[in-house]
Order: sequence, then C-alpha cells, then structure tokens
Amino acid sequence: MATEEMEQLVRREYTQGFVTDIESETVPPGLDESVIAFISQKKGEPEWMLEWRLDAYQQWLKMKAPSWAHLNYPPIDYQAISYFSAPKSKDDAPKSLDEVDPKLLETYEKLGIPLHERAALAGVAVDAVFDSVSVTTTFKEKLGEAGVIFCSISEAIRDYPELIKQYLGTVVPKADNYFAALNSAVFTDGSFVYVPEGVTCPMELSTYFRINAANTGQFERTLIICEKQAQVSYLEGCTAPMRDENQLHAAVVELVALEDAYIKYSTVQNWYPGDEEGRGGIYNFVTKRADCRGDRSKVSWTQVETGSAITWKYPSCVLRGKDSVGEFYSVAVTNGRQQADTGTKMIHIGEGTKSTIVSKGIAAGNSEQAYRGLVKIGPRAKGARNFTQCDSLLIGDRCGAHTFPYQEIGNSSATVEHEATTSKIGEDQLFYCRQRGISEEDAVNMIVNGFCKDVFQELPMEFAVEAEALLNVTLEGAVG
Amino acid sequence: MSGAQTFLNRLEERVSERQAASLPEPTWIVARRQAAAARFEALGFPTRRDEAWKYTDVRRIGEGDFALARDAAFSKAAAAALTLPIEAIRLTFVDGLFSAELSDLSALPSGASVEPLSQALADNHEAVGGALGRLTGVEFSPFSALNTAFTEEGAVIRLAPGTVVELPIVLQFLSRANDAAVMSHPRVLVQAGARSQATVVEHYVGEADAANFTNVVGEILLERGAILNHYKLQEAPLGDFHIASLHVDQGRDSRFTSFNINLGGALVRNDLVSDLNAQGAEASYLGLFFAQGRQHVDNHTLVNHNAPTTFSNENYKGILGDRARGVFNGKVIVKRDSQKIEAYQSNANLLLSDRAEIDAKPELEIYADDVKCSHGTTTGQLDEKAVFALRTRGINEQTARGLLTLAFAGEVMEQVTVDAIAERVERTVAGKLPERFNLTELVDASLNEVHDTGLGEE
Amino acid sequence: MLEVKDLHVTVEGKEILKGLSLTVNPGEVHAIMGPNGAGKSTLSAVIAGNEGYEVTSGSITFEGQDVLEMEIEERAQAGLLLGFQYPVEIPGVKNVYLLKAALNAQRAARGEGEMPAPEFMKLVREKLAYMKMDPSFLQRAVNEGFSGGEKKRNEILQMLVLQPKLAMLDEIDSGLDIDAMKVVAEGVNSLRDSERAILMVTHYQRLLDYIEPDYVHVLVDGRIVKSGDKTLALELESRGYEWVTEESAA
Repeated sequence: MATEEMEQLVRREYTQGFVTDIESETVPPGLDESVIAFISQKKGEPEWMLEWRLDAYQQWLKMKAPSWAHLNYPPIDYQAISYFSAPKSKDDAPKSLDEVDPKLLETYEKLGIPLHERAALAGVAVDAVFDSVSVTTTFKEKLGEAGVIFCSISEAIRDYPELIKQYLGTVVPKADNYFAALNSAVFTDGSFVYVPEGVTCPMELSTYFRINAANTGQFERTLIICEKQAQVSYLEGCTAPMRDENQLHAAVVELVALEDAYIKYSTVQNWYPGDEEGRGGIYNFVTKRADCRGDRSKVSWTQVETGSAITWKYPSCVLRGKDSVGEFYSVAVTNGRQQADTGTKMIHIGEGTKSTIVSKGIAAGNSEQAYRGLVKIGPRAKGARNFTQCDSLLIGDRCGAHTFPYQEIGNSSATVEHEATTSKIGEDQLFYCRQRGISEEDAVNMIVNGFCKDVFQELPMEFAVEAEALLNVTLEGAVG
Repeated sequence: MSGAQTFLNRLEERVSERQAASLPEPTWIVARRQAAAARFEALGFPTRRDEAWKYTDVRRIGEGDFALARDAAFSKAAAAALTLPIEAIRLTFVDGLFSAELSDLSALPSGASVEPLSQALADNHEAVGGALGRLTGVEFSPFSALNTAFTEEGAVIRLAPGTVVELPIVLQFLSRANDAAVMSHPRVLVQAGARSQATVVEHYVGEADAANFTNVVGEILLERGAILNHYKLQEAPLGDFHIASLHVDQGRDSRFTSFNINLGGALVRNDLVSDLNAQGAEASYLGLFFAQGRQHVDNHTLVNHNAPTTFSNENYKGILGDRARGVFNGKVIVKRDSQKIEAYQSNANLLLSDRAEIDAKPELEIYADDVKCSHGTTTGQLDEKAVFALRTRGINEQTARGLLTLAFAGEVMEQVTVDAIAERVERTVAGKLPERFNLTELVDASLNEVHDTGLGEE
Repeated sequence: MLEVKDLHVTVEGKEILKGLSLTVNPGEVHAIMGPNGAGKSTLSAVIAGNEGYEVTSGSITFEGQDVLEMEIEERAQAGLLLGFQYPVEIPGVKNVYLLKAALNAQRAARGEGEMPAPEFMKLVREKLAYMKMDPSFLQRAVNEGFSGGEKKRNEILQMLVLQPKLAMLDEIDSGLDIDAMKVVAEGVNSLRDSERAILMVTHYQRLLDYIEPDYVHVLVDGRIVKSGDKTLALELESRGYEWVTEESAA
C-alpha cells in the first residue's frame, strides 16, 4: 500500500471549526413535557417549534420500540437518560491522558490523530478549543459569498424559521418510527445546510468543523436542502473512536434534493464499540432519509461503519422525481461483540428512477451483522432499475453474517437485480500473500481493503484513506 | 363470531359426529387434536403483521365457512380427464376423502407401502404415531395447528431400506364444485429407508368452478443415502384456497429434489423446509409459479444446514400477469460449526403486466465461516436482444415474446424427469399466456408431433 | 544454502515424500523432474510452508536456519520465494499494493527502511518492461481475470522485484505458448548470479532448453532416484521415466 501517502493524510491537521456555546445547566434524567419545554427554551426556540416537539412526544408515547431487527440488547430505560446535559462534569472526566484507556490511545496513535486532539477525543477535561477564529471566518465568508447556509440546527430554527417550517419533518415525519419520534421531541443539536438554486457548494462541508461539539451529539438532527441544480458534499463523523458517556444515540438526517440537485452524504462512524466483553459501547439508532423530489435529482449515501456496540441504520432514498437517482455504498465492519443491522431502502416512485446498492459486510470475532434492504418499485415507476450487490466476508467461526433483502416490485417494466455472496478469506489467498513475505495480518487487511474497494472509491479522498486505516485497526486481532 | 371460532365449531361438530358414529380413534390422536385446537384458538389466523405473512393476507380464508366433505363421489370420466396420463401407483382423494375407486396400487413393488392414512391408522396406529408430527407440530404456523386438529386422512408412504420404486407414486387431490365450499386437511407422510429411491407426485386439481380450502401438511424422512424426487403440481381450480407446508428431514448422503409447480388456486401459500442433518445431505429446490387474474401465490422456502458438508441449490421462477401477486421468500441458515457448506439460491421473475406485483426476499443467515453461499434475484422483462433475434427469423413480436416467456419457465422445467408433468405444464403455461402471444396452437402442435413421431418414447 | 535431509511428508494421511534429500548451493540451478504424482510440487510447497502438508520427519535448513520452524512469511522474508503453478486470484487487491507490501515487508525483515515511492515505481516499471508487460497491469487486481500466461509472467515479475535468494518455480512452464515461455525464461535467467539459486520443478524437458540447469534430479515415488547434469533431462525426454524407475528398483 502507498503507506507514506496514507500516513501523511491521516496525520494531517484537522480543519478546525466553530465552538458551540457551553451551556452550564443540565436537567435530571427523565422525560416529560417539562423537559421538552426546557430544551426548547434553552435553545431559544419559537412557540411553534415547542408545539412540534410536544406533538412528536405525544406520538412517541404511543409507540413501541421495534423488535424486528437482528439485534440483541437489554431494554433501554428512557427515564434514566438525561435529555439535556451540558458537556459532562469535568470531575468525572479523566484528568490527563494517563488516565485514559491505553488501548484507546494506541488506536489514536495508529490512526495518526494529532496529540492535542487525542485528549479531546478521549474526553480529557482540558480547555481544548481547536477553533481558530480566522479559519471559521474564512470558511464562513466563502460559504456566505456562494449563498450557502451552514449552521447548527438551533441557529437555523432561530434565523431561518421559514425554511425549517417548510422542510423539517417532511422527509422523516415526526412519528416515522420510534427513534425518529424520540429525536423529534428532544433533539438538541445537528446541522443545517441550505444550498440555493444553481450553486455548487465551494467546499466539502464537514462535521469536523464542530469536533468539540461531539459531546452533545446524542440526539442529532440534520437537515440538508439542495435547491434546483445545486450540489453539496457533506461529510459526517470521525475516524477516531470517541469516548462518550451517552449510550443511546438516535439521530435523524433529512435530505431534500430538488430538480437536478445532487447531494453526496458520506459518513464514517466509529463510536465506542464497548470493551472486549461487550460492556459499554454506543447504541446507534439512526434514521436517515433522502427525498429526491425533483426530476433528475440524485442522492448518494456512502458510509463506513466500524464503531458502536449496536447499529440500527438504513439510509434511504425516496425517488419521487422523474429520472432521479439513489445510491448507497456501505462498508460495515464488526468485531468483538458488536452487532449491526444496517442497509438501505430505495423507494422508486417516479418514472425512470435508478438506484444502486453496494453493501460490503465484514464480520469478525463474536460479532453479528445483518444487511436489511428494501427495494420497492411503485406502479408508476416505469422503467425503474435497481442493482444490488451485497457481499459478506466472515473472519473466524464465531461470527454471523445475514442478508435480508426485501423486494416489492409492482411495475412490469422495472429491472431489479440482487446479488449476494458470503465467503471467507481464502486460505490459498493468505498463503499466496504470506509467501511473498507479507504478514498474515497485513494480508488480511489487504484482502479486506480489496473487498471494500467498490465502496471506498465512492468516498471523498481524505475519508477513503482514513477508512482503510480504520478498517485495519478495527480488525486487529481478528485473525490468528 | 370470530373467524377462528367458525373453524373450531366445525371441529367440534366433527368430533361429536365421530363419537356418535362410534368411530374409534387412538388416544394420541385425540390428545394431539385437543392440543392443536387449543393452540389454534390461541393463535388465530396469521395477519400481515406477522413477518412470515407480511405479503399474504389470509382473511378470505379466515372469514370463510367451510364444511367437511361427506363423500368421495366423483365421476370416473371426469376424474380421468384431470388425472396425469401416466402409469403410476396412485392414491386419489376427493375433497380430502379417500377414493378407493379412483386409486390404483396394483403396480406397487415389494418393500414399498402406499396407503391412505385412515388405513394405516387402522392397521397399526402406533407405527404411524411415531413418525407423524415428528418434523412439524402445531408451532410452525396456525395452519399447521389447524391441520393437526383436523387430521383424519392423507397418504402414508413407507419404503423399506434399498427399495427402488420405478413408477411414480401419485397422490391426487381432487377438488369438487360443491354447493357449499368444503375444506380438507390432508397429511402426507413419507418414510424413505436407507438407499431407497422413489418419485412422489402431489397433484392438486379439480373442477373449474370449485372454491374449496385445502390445508395440507407433509413430512418426509430420508434415511442414509435415500433419494427422493418430489413433485408438487398444483393446478387447483381458480377459486380454491391452498395452504401447504412440507418438512423434510435429511440423513447422511440423502438427496432430495423438490419441483414445486404452482399454476392454480386463488390464494396459495407453500412452505418448504429442509433440515440437512448429516454430512453429504443435498437438497435441490426447483420452483415455477405462474399467476394471473387476481391469483396470489406465496412460496416460502427454508434450508437449514445443520451439519457440515451439506449442499443446497435453489432455483425459482415466477411469471405474473394481470393483477396477480407473487411472493418468494427463500431462506438459508447455516448453523454454527456447519463448515464446508455450499448453498446457492436464485430467483427470477417476469412481470407481464403493470398491475402485477412480486415481493421477493432471499435471505441468508450464516454463522460459520467456511461457506460458499450466494443468492441472486432478478425481476425484469424479456431480453430485448432475444426478442429482436427471433424477429429477424421472421417470427412476429408477440409470438417471440410468448416463446421467450415459455423458455423462461423452461429453465426449471427442463429438469423435470416425468414427461407427463413437463408436457402438462408446458401446455398450461402456453395456454395461460395472453392470447396475443398465440402460442397454444404452436405448443400443442409441436407436442403432438413429438407423440406422433414417437420422439417422446423412451 | 538449502539443505533438505531425509524429508518425509504426508498429505491427509498419505505419504507423498518418502525420504527426500537435496542440497542446493549459491549460484546453482537445479531442475526436479518426474512423472505425475511423484511429489514434485509437494517439495516446493513444503519448503514454502503450505499448511496442508505434514512433515513427519527429516529437516530443511536454509542458510543454517531451520525452515520448518519459520512462519510462511518469515521464509519469504529470508529469501525463499515460490512461483506458483496456479497463482491465486485476489479480487480488489491491486498488483502494485501487493508488490509494495511484499517488498517493504522483506526490507523491514532485513532492518532496512521502506523504499521511497519514486524509487519503487522506477524499479517496478523497469521490471515490467523487462517482462514485456503493460504498466496498466499494476492497477489491476492480483491475477484477477488474467490469462494463464499473464499469471505466470506476474509470478516472475514478483521474483524480479523481490530478488529472492532461492527462487522456486513450480511448473512455471505449464500452459505457456513458446513466446510467453521465452519471456518467462529470460526473466528467470536474469535472476541467475553467483549469490542466488534456482530450483525448478517441471514435467517437461522443453523448459530446460531455455533455462539451463546445472543439475537434474529425477523424483519418483517420493524419492530422488537419479541425479545428473542437463544431459539427463534429454535422456528422460527420449526414453521416458520408466527406465529410471526400473534402474532404481534393480
């Protein structure tokens, strides 16, 4: 592998971003209308937003947590969670890197995370403000010139209420599912992006900009709107495993693409997966959906999922516009006792709509992984096409890989293809590489990266390189 | 009164009838009947909220009221027109009741026993009780529970070790056009001893205007090295409801081939389950379904690779026209430590109309790493290049499309070794295709030609 | 350099090598010939460390090190490289990655640093040209969709880049037309020098016209029954293997 380039890229300084306000108050655990009112008030929201939240809460109360996924976890006590917490008390946090799990530090080392960021990622209580005002100003100016709005969702609710009213909850309705309803009631943070007609966003938008806001990302809400002929590439997440006290994460992401718009949404998810026994670790229950409203609009989801104890996530595309296109490229790696139930939904409504699904799952250790996908072709989707490729690679004999693709096809002119394979890394392939002097672990990494190539090439360059390194770290100790 | 209650009342009537007529029953049957009825009462009919019934709504069955047939009368001439024209060992059931008149066991070789369940029970109920219900109980689905509660008749096939039955064993189930709709709950039990070999055909057919409900449960036990070809040719009348589950237990080096052909019925659900329990066991599933009008055909298959070095291969084809709906759900489970598995699954569907729908769900659940498993599904239209190629040979477009549709089905049908079935299906498929394809004459003519010239004879 | 002593090897309980001994010194080219099923490929596979083979007794040393105690990659890093008869396909892994990872692993084992990228690319391009291969080949996945001839050239290309001390070639001529064989032979010949040795396993004499061996050994039924110079190969070509078998039985 082109190791030098990779290291160079991995070691590059994170581009720094704005700092969110540090709130000093916290509500006690538990959820009721007063907590929601408190959140809304802290965020300085208008009355209509509070009503919206309360309505979501009422609907959530009537819903039941889904049980169909191929996942095993104890019931979550929603009254034990604090729904509005300032960054956690510095008293509980490690005082210095010496107090941090050495394994975590080792990982940072391998991923080439700069020293000063390691402390922040590990939750060390330092006054780490990466933000340099000048950088923030520069990119804000650049975006401003183009007319692109990129801010936190809370700011957007205050500053762009008309856009929020017009779009929020229109892709993922408040009561879409249990976790989406919960998010709608209590979300506290997230991003808002608006790209005006004909504008190609001059830079890749990244949540790296808000690296120090990671602590508050428990119920994130993201809304991206691309007007006619507009384009944006949005990068979410971070390759470094973040220490996080919030066990439950329930984010909602809504994308709206109008005529000829193109949204590329890339995610690297590497939340804490728990220790070797499966203790701790994040429960990641995410609802991501794109609405391709306009003709010829296109949305592309690319994700590399290596973290979290439990992942429940199905980024979807509703292909409403004529000739609109949905894409889903995913690599999911599980090791240890991780469980992932992930996949996508492609809902073809408009004529000539196209979708591509490439899902690569790698299960090692005692982990369990499921691909769950739906391809639905509606009666009006003349000439719709879907191609799905879904491959699993098993490493070791204690893991499981499962494929549950649903296809509902109601148009005779549609073409839907699905291919899936499950296999292991061939002994003969390993022998061949080792006979060239490459260690078994490196050989596995090479083969795994080769297996994921189709997805990695869809990632923005800087993510792609990190993703490879990340995979290698995640699969450490999986062989032998 | 709830739908399930109607069925329970019918059961109660039947039980009192038997008591009044002093028809003796082994105590184990009575006990199972009661347990099954209780289970069915608790479950009720499945709804679309049940994952296994997500795409199939059985309310039309649950809300119906079906009596039990009183006699097995059926005109010989009418039966002959429906019967597969082959020399065979044949058991015939009319609306679930055994018809000795329409059965023929004269060609039965030694080492093989083929008899109606009622007869087998009367002869030696203990010998039946051990095997019956071993592979499936009341838990599999509410319909299994219902079947168990109503168990009275069916077919029992037993092959002694080493027995080879050359002629097909045909179980013919006829559905009559009754004044009031009836239901039947047949059981099929096949016990194939070591190295035995046979072909079993379940043939469902009936009078065009019939509108009955058949709920069959089958169990097949294959001992070491047994080879069984199982054909299901379901040509039930278009008003019939047909629910079936077939459970296969495969011993070492046994080979099971299933041809699951579904052409008839208003609402059809098939469950096919194989347990590959010892190394070398091999299951091949071939399926063809063709639905039109408002037919609904649901095929669920499940292969459990419970032992290392076991193999499965599945190929299902579906053709759907008009407002028909097809469901294919194929699942392969590889248990932990079942290494060296090969499992392949493929499903292809052809939609002939914009109002037809197919719901496909091929599933893999794998817990071992030394496996080669793959599945593929495609749904689409005919290959336009092939249509073009045929047209360049002077064939009109509609006929070209018809021929290619036939060829699509042919990929499964060409593996059928019972000629009479292959031919029957080809004619039926050609006949079912929209008239514009204009294939019936062509197929009839060419099949007749085969007969006239003796090409079809061995 | 390589010392094989009284080697006994079984595969799935069946004894394939039954007391094979062989010494290879630097600068020498050895050819092992023999009828099908004699155990020719087993020898190179065991030296390389294929785990499907069980060594029941005997020893293999390479430059004084006990080869049987070394991991597969350690053997390669020490300079023992096998050119496979049937090179495996590795989907998605580019040739250039494999070459670079292998070269750097071997350099690391020798305590050398990684080869800088420009120098590496220069080296690889040079060797590619030598093997009459197109540079685009570097971006293709290892052996995936390669023709038989391309796979064999690829094996030799790896040898040229990795410069093994002992190159073992297992039926490197099988499936090659005469032009491809010339290219492959030229590649192998370019490896010959006083520090290096080559061990070829082949069924046919034809290859030896292009790569002249110093020694020819006849392997029959798990043992070397006859050794000689290259004239022995010619004799085998004209008389077949039977006479050797008979002679050794006598």
